[in-house]
Amino acid sequence: MTTTLEAPALDTADLAPGERSRLTLGETVTDSRVMAHRQLRKILRRPTYAIFALVQPVMFLLLFRYVFGGAINTGGTDYVDFLMPGIMVQSAVFGALMTGMGLAEDIGAGVVDRLRSLPMARSAVMLGRTAADMVMNTATLLVMFVAGLAVGFRPHGSVLDLVLALLLVLGFAYTFSWISGFIGLALRDIETVSSAGLIWVFPLTMLSSAFVPADSMPGPVGAFADVNPITLAVDATRALTLGQGDALGPALGTIAWLVALLAVFVPLATRAFKRA
Amino acid sequence: MTAPPASTRPDGDVAIHAEDVRQTFGDVIALDGLDLAVPTGTVFGLLGPNGAGKTTLVRILATLLRPTSGRASVLGHDVVDAPLPVRRRIGLAGQLASVDEELTGRENLEMVGQLYRLSPAQARLRSDEVLERFSLQDAADRRVATYSGGMRRRLDLGASLTGRPPVLLLDEPTTGLDPRTRQELWDEVDELRREGTTVLLTTQYLEEADRLAQRIAVVDHGRVAAEGTAAELKATIGQDVLVVRLAQSEHTAAAADALAPLGSTEPVVDGAAGEVRLPVADPAISADAVRALDALGLRIASIELQRPSLDDVFLSLTGRLPDAPAATDPEVDPS
Repeated sequence: MTTTLEAPALDTADLAPGERSRLTLGETVTDSRVMAHRQLRKILRRPTYAIFALVQPVMFLLLFRYVFGGAINTGGTDYVDFLMPGIMVQSAVFGALMTGMGLAEDIGAGVVDRLRSLPMARSAVMLGRTAADMVMNTATLLVMFVAGLAVGFRPHGSVLDLVLALLLVLGFAYTFSWISGFIGLALRDIETVSSAGLIWVFPLTMLSSAFVPADSMPGPVGAFADVNPITLAVDATRALTLGQGDALGPALGTIAWLVALLAVFVPLATRAFKRA
Repeated sequence: MTAPPASTRPDGDVAIHAEDVRQTFGDVIALDGLDLAVPTGTVFGLLGPNGAGKTTLVRILATLLRPTSGRASVLGHDVVDAPLPVRRRIGLAGQLASVDEELTGRENLEMVGQLYRLSPAQARLRSDEVLERFSLQDAADRRVATYSGGMRRRLDLGASLTGRPPVLLLDEPTTGLDPRTRQELWDEVDELRREGTTVLLTTQYLEEADRLAQRIAVVDHGRVAAEGTAAELKATIGQDVLVVRLAQSEHTAAAADALAPLGSTEPVVDGAAGEVRLPVADPAISADAVRALDALGLRIASIELQRPSLDDVFLSLTGRLPDAPAATDPEVDPS
């Protein structure tokens, strides 16, 4: 049964001459740039924030390189060469957590309400923010790379291989920014968001081939690690930096994961922002 | 971009229109069929206690929240069907919207200006104007984190004006401000009205509504309990109010009992202040009141006959003072 009720007649007005009821793509791009610019400024204003984002992965690197690494059997590969790709993907995922925490902070501060009341593209908040977080992630990755070189990491692949590896890791960071952004917008409270981040990210990175070979893990754990997108991304990055092994298979697997995750989480985050 | 011209409105009288707006959050009814019409170019006060639904209404008008049912429009643009045209015409300030702590005042204004679709150069010029208007030039290049509460509130209001919106939504703009800053903000609202801006202002302060608003709607339990000019609202009570202050506040209850038969409605008792307020039909009753209290040996500190205040209007409509919390608090955002 369908009942259509005539809406009560309110005074209605036409748009002003030249006024459009939707924003153009160009306006969305402009707004995204404004939002990215704001975010980068904020990062630079908070040096402690940036430093922690850089120091944490370096600490992980040193911890695994000098504390745990000696006890982990990686076959013929130097552990530091085995470790670096894992640490790089892990820091990309950890870096992505900043997206959700920053959005929860903006909601708490009332900034999101102001932005949502402005005639801007609503998608620009997430687009700009994830773009700015990418800049931060790139910086982290470069610092990691230099730190790795300092503790003995030596890439054996070509320069092109290295660039492809970095792009893959950045694509990973970007996708996880959207997941984390959705969580931030859905849970809203900064404390909740930061604890929630660890709950899904920690097992995901540990139950992967990031730090130890996945085939050393017992049945169900190993099975999880095998399908874990982090394992796929780490395996692809590892093959590219070591210059040996199959990079194409895990790289395609990773890209398939990222496309699927973006297809789910971009709409989810966009919807969550409209309701934030 | 300049503000859309006023001539796009077919109805020159009403800037904000709400019709039978309901908003429920689960079991909580925040708005219960609210109707409102705000005349263009006026300051309209939405007066009500915490939890009356004022903030919910502002969120709906600012397109932050879809009403559960009913319709609302700003300058003829439906908040649900045409949110973008609505956003081009409104500014939002007060408790809801905020500025960025880590950015400077100027950076905040330029950002909001660009998001109101000004070019970077226009946004810069407009920021200078706003900074000057709100006496923030000296602090323009300091981070907002270093601002005082009053400066922050001025910047917040300034940010909502960067797009020169014809309609301004102010949600409890002076809550928590010191008297001097409050006065400055009031002056600013007067100035905006002189410039032709329509202002919808929510407040818990009767004094504020009385001082600023040409028309006032008293909101309680999610609907408009009464609406009119301050004088009209006071006239609905239609009677003078006898205000008796006792020398000893512990005698307030006894005094209220003694005075009750003289009033046209129940007296209102403020035990802490030792005050009894009694609407009276006949001013000559003052003498009877003095005799009644004297007979009981209750000493009077002062007694006077007042024209009804908005407080009395509020009390007679809702049975409580506006800053007293409502039984439930549906204004808490549940999402």
